[in-house]
Amino acid sequence: MAYLVMRGITKQFPGVLALDNVNFEVERGEIHALVGENGAGKSTLLKILAGALPMDKGEIILDGKPVVFHSPLDAMRHGIAVIYQEFNLVPYLSAGENIFLGREPRKFNGFVDFKKLHAEAQAILNRIGANFSSRDIVARLSVAQQQMTEIAKALSQNAKIIAMDEPTSALTEKEVEHLFEIMRGLKEEGVAIIFVSHRLEEIFQIAERITVLRDGKYVGTKRVEETNRDEVITMMVGREIKEKIPKRPAKIGDEILRVEGLTRKGVFSDITFSLRKGEILGLAGLVGSGRTEIARAIFGADPIDSGKIYLEGKEVKIRSPQDAIRLGIGLLTEDRKRYGLILPMTVRENTTLANLMEVAMRGFINFSRERAVAKRFVDELAIKTPSVEQLARNLSGGTQQKLVLAKWLFTKSKVLIFDEPTRGIDVGAKVEIYELMNQLAERGVGIIMISSELPEVLGMSDRILVIHEGKIAGELMREEATQEKIMQLATGGSIADR
Amino acid sequence: MPTDRSSDQLSFGAYLGNILLRYGIPLFIVLLCIYFTFSAPKFLTVDNLLNVLRQISINTIVALGMTFVIITAGIDLSVGSIVALSAVISTGVLKNGITLFGHTLQASYPWNVPFGIIVGLLLGIFLGLFNGFFITRFNMPPFVVTLAMMTIARGLAFIYTGGFPISELPQSFIIIGTGYLGPFPLPVIIMLICALLMHYILTRTTFGRYVFAIGGNEEAARLSGIDVNRVKLIVYTLSGFLAALAGIILAARLGSGDPKTGNMYELNAIAAVVLGGTSLSGGKGNIGGTFLGALLIGIIDNGLVLMRVSTFYQYVVKGAIILAAVLLDKIKEMRKL
Ligand SMILES: Nc1ncnc2c1ncn2[C@@H]1O[C@H](COP(=O)(O)OP(=O)(O)OP(=O)(O)O)[C@@H](O)[C@H]1O
Ligand SMILES: [Mg+2]
Repeated sequence: MAYLVMRGITKQFPGVLALDNVNFEVERGEIHALVGENGAGKSTLLKILAGALPMDKGEIILDGKPVVFHSPLDAMRHGIAVIYQEFNLVPYLSAGENIFLGREPRKFNGFVDFKKLHAEAQAILNRIGANFSSRDIVARLSVAQQQMTEIAKALSQNAKIIAMDEPTSALTEKEVEHLFEIMRGLKEEGVAIIFVSHRLEEIFQIAERITVLRDGKYVGTKRVEETNRDEVITMMVGREIKEKIPKRPAKIGDEILRVEGLTRKGVFSDITFSLRKGEILGLAGLVGSGRTEIARAIFGADPIDSGKIYLEGKEVKIRSPQDAIRLGIGLLTEDRKRYGLILPMTVRENTTLANLMEVAMRGFINFSRERAVAKRFVDELAIKTPSVEQLARNLSGGTQQKLVLAKWLFTKSKVLIFDEPTRGIDVGAKVEIYELMNQLAERGVGIIMISSELPEVLGMSDRILVIHEGKIAGELMREEATQEKIMQLATGGSIADR
Repeated sequence: MPTDRSSDQLSFGAYLGNILLRYGIPLFIVLLCIYFTFSAPKFLTVDNLLNVLRQISINTIVALGMTFVIITAGIDLSVGSIVALSAVISTGVLKNGITLFGHTLQASYPWNVPFGIIVGLLLGIFLGLFNGFFITRFNMPPFVVTLAMMTIARGLAFIYTGGFPISELPQSFIIIGTGYLGPFPLPVIIMLICALLMHYILTRTTFGRYVFAIGGNEEAARLSGIDVNRVKLIVYTLSGFLAALAGIILAARLGSGDPKTGNMYELNAIAAVVLGGTSLSGGKGNIGGTFLGALLIGIIDNGLVLMRVSTFYQYVVKGAIILAAVLLDKIKEMRKL
């Protein structure tokens, strides 16, 4: 029997059968991918494995013995660690202190033995090839480094199974490579790894077996060498879909937005570009190059030190997001939980939040109109929710992203800035979002798309600006752009043949 | 080993527990009423119940404003002192007018009473604005700003009166606290009107929606184009205004403007709000709950007096009951997850 067997797992939420009789098995020293559309039940399955959610029915058999986890601590004691997308780290403690949180080595007098703590933590960090010190404060670490801290924490507790929920979605390509090296190393040591991702290329690169969930049901498990992308996609969505990026050239009109010499000291400087109606302008660059900060400045979320913004030829002063929205500029932030949604509010309330006046009369909300609006977007964007009265908190990760999208579509903006619009979105929904961008462009909306996924930037943009260390490193037209040219500019090189 | 958590396996005790959880505070109130009815014969009389309502009217009015503040994830500790300051200023002004730089502004009878009331209310608005200004403009924690205002307003009340209550108030003022409309005491009517109004504002207007949004995730609210500072400013102003209104009613009921009144009112108001299911971390809450919370506190106070429990013990019992009621709500929340 496999090392871990989950059998007949069933979990009912009010109005949603999140897991329906799901089976899942993992061997020692195996990397096992768990895939499925947004809302298929992947995160829920991991939460049950972690002891963070009780199941309604089913059994978990670990190493031949049935087990019941009442809490994450319980699961941890059995050698199971789950690393969620939102890390469970204390930001203002050091990496080492986080790794041994609650289990600090003590000196004979009862005080924490920091020397020993950091020595042991550093040993684990070195084992996974971390490039930072155990004494570094977590808040100052990059996303990838925080993730390594989480992995080290799991290892320090002798985890035999490490499950990671979309660990690669916020990493750069290099960092993903490194994560995979770590995963392969752990596998050699006999650790089983459960890996959730929406990026199939990654899955085929790293996993040995793939388990597919659809609508909370177990569809099947395949060895990677016995299957292919198309088959997995068909298993996921229950029908065949084309994975192609469906760019439709829109009629590009007059200039709608122009930015001149936009500068925020120490963050970005002298950003000058223009955007035209119906155009999709890609902003490429490495994570941390300043793309998000430029977008936030245009949107009035952060102050600028100098520079001018023109909207339809007229200079505008944008001092707050409120100003930007009034002028018809919208920003879909990359971190939806932190900046995008009000989690304790419903789907309906989140949908109308940025344009509440539209469904109100003299300050009084017209609830039937609001409900109608929310229902329309739930249908149009295929937002997976039992009703518009569901709390945003209870939606799956990708579904939350769609809800953010709905909110901004309802503002009827002239300029929309998408910051990593397809992060955490499943294959099918990705194509839907591209289609939506096409439609917006056709309607004459100017779109700025920040993305770290090069195929997406190349596939959807009419024009690409590459940002390097807060400056525009180069501009590429759709026809001339290639992955190599973008990477060269993004890393500070210049293009020889231009 | 399959685990099945269907409800048919529940014992009778767990079944009772579930009912208690489902209906939470309202059920708690009913149980308490039954208990008091048996242990204090005077408890269940129309007179006494109206009396309870009148007793809770002041705390409820203060707690209404507090509900808004707490939903935005803030706190207002200054309301008790604003109650006292508004009580002394409105009574002082209606008796003696306003004296500034040697000039006295005084309304003549019968306008002196509305004049005093209006000055008291304006004062509450002003102090609330002041709170909101420091909280939004300088990004100071509400706890600190309103704590400072709590002692400032209390001090001002003592300075204004020299420490002595202002008494011998005209009947036309006293009636606000002691009069009746039909069988209903006036303070109860004022309380009900305020509660209904606040309920509508909170649930039906864009402003109310913004209050929830800010408490749920302030940064996301800002990025959705909500003028967070303006909403907060209004919320603290509203709280100051309602506290001043409560102060006026209190002075009318006691027949004097006493600088020592309103002590600990902020804590009673916070207790009512939290009992009503509003989360101190913001983003969640409702006016109906706050009313029930205030009612629960009122019933405890009233029942314990009727049972002749000594005041010293009352404090302890009341604290314990509040703790139990909130615990009940927490368990209910945890079960839902
Ligand atoms: N606490 C909850 N209350 C109610 N419904 C929930 C809750 N948590 C999850 N759900 C629902 O259960 C279903 C499965 O959600 P889950 O988060 O497991 O999906 P997922 O496969 O991880 O999706 P994604 O790829 O978008 O992250 C969804 O329909 C979701 O809305
Ligand atoms: Mg998920």
